Amino acid sequence: MVETILDVRDLRTSFYTDEGEVKAVDGVSFSVPKGKTIGIVGESGSGKSITSLSILRLLASNGKVVGGEVRFKGDNLLAYSEKKMRSLRGNKISMIFQEPMTSLNPVFTVGQQISETLIEHQGMSKKAAMAKSVDLLKLVGIPSPDKRVKQYPYELSGGMRQRVMIAIALACNPEILIADEPTTALDVTIQAQILGLIRDLQQRMGMSVVLITHDLGVVAETCDYVAVMYAGQVVEYSDVRTLFRKPKHPYTVGLLKSLPRPDEDQEKLIPIHGTVPSPLHMPVGCRFNPRCPAATDLCREKLPDLFDDGEGNQVRCWIYNEQWPGEKEVDVFGEERTARC
Amino acid sequence: MTQHAAGAAVPKRYNPRLEMYKGIWRRLRKNKSAVIGGGIVIFFILLAIFGPMLTPIDPNATDITNKNQPPSADHWFGTDNYGRDMFTRIIHGAKLTLIVGFLSVMIGGVVGVIFGIVAGYYGGWVDTIIMRIMDVLLAFPGILLALAIVSVLGGSLTNMIIAIGIFSVPAFARIVRGSALSVRKLEYIDAMKALGASDLRIIFKHILPNVTSPIIVQATLRIATAVLTASGLSFLGLGAQPPAPEWGAMLSAGRTFMHDSPHMVLIPGIMIVIVVLAFNIFGDGLRDALDPKMNK
Amino acid sequence: MTKYIIRRLLQTIPVLIGVSILVFSLMHLIPGDPAQIIAGEGAPEKTVEQIRERLGLNEPIHKQYLNYMSGVVQGDLGNSVRSGRPVVDEIKTRFWVTLELATYATILAVFIGLMAGIISAVRHYTFTDTAIMIVALFGLSMPNFWLGLVLIDWFAIGGDWLPAWAKLRPSGWGDSWRQVVLPVITLGTGGAAIIARMTRSSMLEVIGQDYIRTARAKGLTDRVITYRHALKNALIPVVTVVGLEFGGFLGGAVLTETIFAINGMGRLTVQAINTRDFPIVQGAVLVISVLFVFVNLIVDISYKLLNKRIDLG
Repeated sequence: MVETILDVRDLRTSFYTDEGEVKAVDGVSFSVPKGKTIGIVGESGSGKSITSLSILRLLASNGKVVGGEVRFKGDNLLAYSEKKMRSLRGNKISMIFQEPMTSLNPVFTVGQQISETLIEHQGMSKKAAMAKSVDLLKLVGIPSPDKRVKQYPYELSGGMRQRVMIAIALACNPEILIADEPTTALDVTIQAQILGLIRDLQQRMGMSVVLITHDLGVVAETCDYVAVMYAGQVVEYSDVRTLFRKPKHPYTVGLLKSLPRPDEDQEKLIPIHGTVPSPLHMPVGCRFNPRCPAATDLCREKLPDLFDDGEGNQVRCWIYNEQWPGEKEVDVFGEERTARC
Repeated sequence: MTQHAAGAAVPKRYNPRLEMYKGIWRRLRKNKSAVIGGGIVIFFILLAIFGPMLTPIDPNATDITNKNQPPSADHWFGTDNYGRDMFTRIIHGAKLTLIVGFLSVMIGGVVGVIFGIVAGYYGGWVDTIIMRIMDVLLAFPGILLALAIVSVLGGSLTNMIIAIGIFSVPAFARIVRGSALSVRKLEYIDAMKALGASDLRIIFKHILPNVTSPIIVQATLRIATAVLTASGLSFLGLGAQPPAPEWGAMLSAGRTFMHDSPHMVLIPGIMIVIVVLAFNIFGDGLRDALDPKMNK
Repeated sequence: MTKYIIRRLLQTIPVLIGVSILVFSLMHLIPGDPAQIIAGEGAPEKTVEQIRERLGLNEPIHKQYLNYMSGVVQGDLGNSVRSGRPVVDEIKTRFWVTLELATYATILAVFIGLMAGIISAVRHYTFTDTAIMIVALFGLSMPNFWLGLVLIDWFAIGGDWLPAWAKLRPSGWGDSWRQVVLPVITLGTGGAAIIARMTRSSMLEVIGQDYIRTARAKGLTDRVITYRHALKNALIPVVTVVGLEFGGFLGGAVLTETIFAINGMGRLTVQAINTRDFPIVQGAVLVISVLFVFVNLIVDISYKLLNKRIDLG
């Protein structure tokens, strides 16, 4: 088994608003093996972006991590001092964001923004950092980098800007790259390029990638492991193969059923009924129970843990527990998908 | 993903407008400065209406034997250089101050809103002409426009109200024009026109409701400016004329005696500060409450 | 960009014409017979007639305006009704006094306003922030002439270390800096408050932007993030306010100059109003407004230049 570089255990993050405490992330666990890509999938509002910001402790001022652990090579980052945390950000763990259009500072040149990280973490001189910036732009596939390095963000397209963001993130050879919906705001053709670039650089540099996305297609293409999030919790964690072949959680099953899949013989797409619950009014018991076709009284009363199947895969569902009161074989969405004990 | 209401609790009858007002009211009540500002404003309004009835003394009654007295139990705010009771005069002055503030802003508001709607709704050369006129009015910095107008009309309370009203027009016109312009471009307005809705109907039913919030906020803040400007004009002798107990005029009169009787300058000044401050913080609070986007 | 500057310049022309029409009309907005009002009640018919003649009030109104304008473009703003001297001569020296006063007030307002606004934004929702914002609200709500009177009472008459009736000298600083201090504080306080509030809200808005999150994700220190990444962006909208404040000070100087007996344009205007010397009022109002229009022009253009990188983004 490969070494685990980042291990998130039972992470809980709350926001304090006028309406009260919002538990945006409420029990998220997953681990990132060294050199691998893990996808965090979920609908908007499922808490996946908050999870990524919690790891780097970049939450807005009204947000707070209230519980759990984030272990980076064994050290709990949540116990780090702000100063120690800072020396990690952009250095050992980097992050890129969804909005390349607004994520770069409009009043500084591309070169200034890349070299800043190098000066901060590697103590480079301005000149050396600028030279390295040109190399980095070349690395991320930007043509005529020595010209681009002197330009301002407004002179670059969205795809270019995301490449610049990647260059900034990779400047210090990080061990982990967290990419929060890096392609959502981009055109489809550019999306593929950027994902290809991330995958390519990952292999070359041997880093781990945490890819946050709502797009299962992207997951299938790029990830080794997947954590599926629903209503602030991880409901299923497994390797990507198992997830697509034998999804366990009824939510995952439902997600896959609602997607067109060229590799499967589908009669029709089946939507998941109902809507995502509001974080202010979470259902009692399993959070998916109001929408789950297999829900029992147990599901409506008690929140299941993240049960381990003994093969490194985990699922938060009573069906896979000896307490399961229903039938041994459960049909969720049609016949061919059977969730078994 | 389709929406499916199965199993969801039946919601209570939902009235969006009522909910909106409730939301505004809740945010306003939670906003400490808005509550304080609004409270002081209401206090002064009540004082202006009922205060003069409660003070038995004539604000212009002179008493030469008791002139320039510092504040005491008999005269809470002291007396002025004619021995008039400053407390009584301040209370009577509150009425003048609020009348000037409200009336001038009302004049400026009505004219400005009409200009703004006409400019934004009809666009084209009408818009150009109106907005150029607004630019011209804005070209006179600060108090200068009001000063120039009063200088020709002659110094009096009425003329001052007119002058400050004119001075307030462009601010309203600009805000309203912007909103009118953006509403006019919405597709449903075209649809309504196609269905034969008159311009007036569209303006009153669809454009005005969209601009009420900014107008209210602007009006509140403008009253603060109007009171300040009025006190300045009266101080220069171009507003309320003696013996009217207008605060700016009182301040001006007290100036000569400031060294020995500082209360004659301090008290009217403090009153102006309190009223202006109240309108300013109430306006800030209103803006926060009416525009929840700004809150986040 | 050149296109924008040209368009903005062209836009200024109708405004300037409008200003001149309005200023010209002042004389004709006088209720009743302007000549009679200028001459004063009970003045002999002959004097009134003379004034009417001198001001050209007999001619048709459009001709009067054209005469006035042809004078204005040649630097002739008419003659004072009282002294008979050219208005331009009366205004000339006083113009520099007011300009100097407004400039110092702007410098003070920008310096204090920026500092207070930045501190407030950096410590937002703390005691310091609340305190600064309360002081700013007071600064905003205070009649500046009242502040001036209070300052005179405290420092000049009471303390006797600053001369009460300061006179700004057109020649500038010199040893007269003390005489400048009180008027500049009086005039500049309100503007400082506005700039502080503006800077704070602009900073807070910028701090919520995505690129600030990027800067944090880079592991930069709070100092660098605040003073390098946030401030540079936040100052751009503040530029507009500074321009407006400068104009406001030109107008506000009317009261400050009156209190401190400074012989600037403002005091001249008030004196002229009191003596019904309308050509002087017209001249002073015109000069200040035209200056203000050009200040705004410069501000708009520089804002556009500064904002170029953001605007097109």
